Amino acid sequence: MRPLLKVAAALSVGTMALAGCGSSTSTESSSSAAGSGSASASSSESTSAAPAGDSKLMVGIAYDVGGRGDQSFNDAAAAGLDKAAGEFGFKPQEATAVNDENDAAREERLNQLVDAGFTHIIAVGYAYAGSVGKVAKENPDVHFAIIDDDSDDSKGDNVAQLTFAENEGSFLVGAAAALKSKAGHIGFVGGVNVQLINKFEAGYVAGAKAVNPDIKIESTYLTQPPDMSGFGDPAKGETAADGMFQKGADIVYHAAGGSGGGVFAAAKKAKGWAIGVDKDQALIAEPDVRDVILTSMLKKLDVAVYEYLKAAQGGEEKSGKIVYDLKAGGVDYATTGGHIDDIKPKLDEYKAKIVSGEIKVPDEM
Amino acid sequence: MKLDPKRALMTLAAPVLALLIAVVLTSLVLFALGDPVRDVWITMLSAPKPRQITNIVNGAIVLYLSAIAVAVGFRMNLFNIGVDGQYRVAAFAAAIFAGQGWLPGFLNIIVAILIAMLAGGLWASIAAYLKVKRGVSEVISTIMLNAIATGVVAWLLNKVAVKVKGSNATNTQEIPESSQLEGFKLIPGANNRIYTLLILAIIVGFLYWFILGKTRFGFDLRATGRSETAAVASGVKVPRMVMTSMIASGALAGLVGMPLLFGLDHSYGTTFQAGLGFAGIGIALLGRNHPVGIALAALLWSYLDTQSNALQIRAGVAPELVNIIQGIILFAIVIAYELVRRADIRLEQSKVAKELAAQRAVRTPEGAQA
Repeated sequence: MRPLLKVAAALSVGTMALAGCGSSTSTESSSSAAGSGSASASSSESTSAAPAGDSKLMVGIAYDVGGRGDQSFNDAAAAGLDKAAGEFGFKPQEATAVNDENDAAREERLNQLVDAGFTHIIAVGYAYAGSVGKVAKENPDVHFAIIDDDSDDSKGDNVAQLTFAENEGSFLVGAAAALKSKAGHIGFVGGVNVQLINKFEAGYVAGAKAVNPDIKIESTYLTQPPDMSGFGDPAKGETAADGMFQKGADIVYHAAGGSGGGVFAAAKKAKGWAIGVDKDQALIAEPDVRDVILTSMLKKLDVAVYEYLKAAQGGEEKSGKIVYDLKAGGVDYATTGGHIDDIKPKLDEYKAKIVSGEIKVPDEM
Repeated sequence: MKLDPKRALMTLAAPVLALLIAVVLTSLVLFALGDPVRDVWITMLSAPKPRQITNIVNGAIVLYLSAIAVAVGFRMNLFNIGVDGQYRVAAFAAAIFAGQGWLPGFLNIIVAILIAMLAGGLWASIAAYLKVKRGVSEVISTIMLNAIATGVVAWLLNKVAVKVKGSNATNTQEIPESSQLEGFKLIPGANNRIYTLLILAIIVGFLYWFILGKTRFGFDLRATGRSETAAVASGVKVPRMVMTSMIASGALAGLVGMPLLFGLDHSYGTTFQAGLGFAGIGIALLGRNHPVGIALAALLWSYLDTQSNALQIRAGVAPELVNIIQGIILFAIVIAYELVRRADIRLEQSKVAKELAAQRAVRTPEGAQA
């Protein structure tokens, strides 16, 4: 082969590899295009919302890969940011992680936000744990918040570690699944086998067993770390859920991010139910599968981000571990569609018991 | 090789041409998207801070090792697309060993690095074996092996991962503090440090230049790359050369993750940098497989990478713009090299023709006399 031909071959492989990332990149670029627009959009919102006065807050936010527009995790954080920006009248600065970066790159992103004079910096996602810890130490006057990590890596006097009691929310949808299952057989599809998702499973199983100790529960994870594709691969989600429905399960709960779409499709095919996650997916999923979504476990990132900023606006700097549990309104279940209206009193009973501490929900299997 | 000013100019012409094409095309893309073209270039070309210079150099160290690993294959006309998988397998193996802390500080590092080379070489040897014994194109097999490496490492990582309460990172055991390399304070005014394993990159660069340029082995390797038949005729055992150079390429790929392992992450896991092997291919191309050229290309690449944050924060454009620029540079470089190669051939042809004409001119009077 001529060298040039080989070069061309290698390049096409390179572009294939890039295209591989492209699936996320393309949404990213469109979303970041929207993002740059939305920075101004939110500022115009803020003027239209007639802010009480120009806020002194200087807020920067560092998203995980996917950024604003990912219809999931990052978007939930962005919603809280937009709400705060509109209400308090500040202009947030957004920055998004790119694929294949190391901790030094994440540190650099936070450092640049510090350099640009931002006083409150929110890091979205546990990938920032190490970098937040380091940059926070070097800049004691800047306030940081990190979502989904409360490890020692990100600890600091000026760091608020915002985490959620996903196990408590999952307990409620687990109970709902057990109450609604005719077969006495349900399933759980986790995106990637990390501690965070184990927490969902533990709560779900505990909730289901609280209702029906003999219930049969299928459980699987789509990928193992460091392969994170389980959070963005609907085909994998569909295959896994298909298997569960064929084994006789009639309700499947997913904690698998973008792979959840596949779980909904499988539920539709099997004429079963699916349970959504993070947001009220009966409102935002593909229209043709919305009617198979029994309920969703709500994880209110927007509330956490908004409350952090609201406190800062009021002059109170939050730091340390802050857990958004059922009591604090950080997690909940959705009632869109009215599919679970009949069992709502029972679920609210469980809710009250968890809030009062009568039921302690395990956070690992 | 004698230094011919005209040739040197030609060599420089290609990368400069490619950069110019990239600037023009990127500006067009920006213009089409309605992004602020001027702001982007002002941000892009603003002088980096000391902290960023450190980051650029650190990034370049890692990219340099990756590109050299690719270049060893290139010189032999072998396309090791598998550097990506090889370095991840190797970094994982080295992280496991170093994390045990069986050996004291410095010795631990040396042995871990050797293990990384061994692991990378072994992984590459699969592709080498398939090529030599079964005639499987290394392009295909290394791509497959990359995917397999991802799966194997993920599976093994979950077996050995240390779970830390409250953290979602899945990492191997952290290497003992005595084996963590703090780095050099080379850039004045920066509070971060240059990886200690800069030394490794320099040694590798020197050996690459020396072995390929100054030894019999290097000559055989280059000869095989230029023309296999000619190499066979001059007594080179081609299958053995393929085997050796592929494994050498893999062993060098094994070094890619080492500066990160000992200088930044201190363990292998979910946040370890991926995709370095693919970047290495582009950089080896850009640097024309030359040890100094690759260093410059690696610095350029790392510079662009570092600017991606500034682009979104200061110019308000998508960070992926940097990927677009890098991609365009790569395409431009291929086109530019081809143009320069053709110009070079034409130059040589006209030179030869002139010399022939001169010879004929000298000979003709002789012929006339005869």
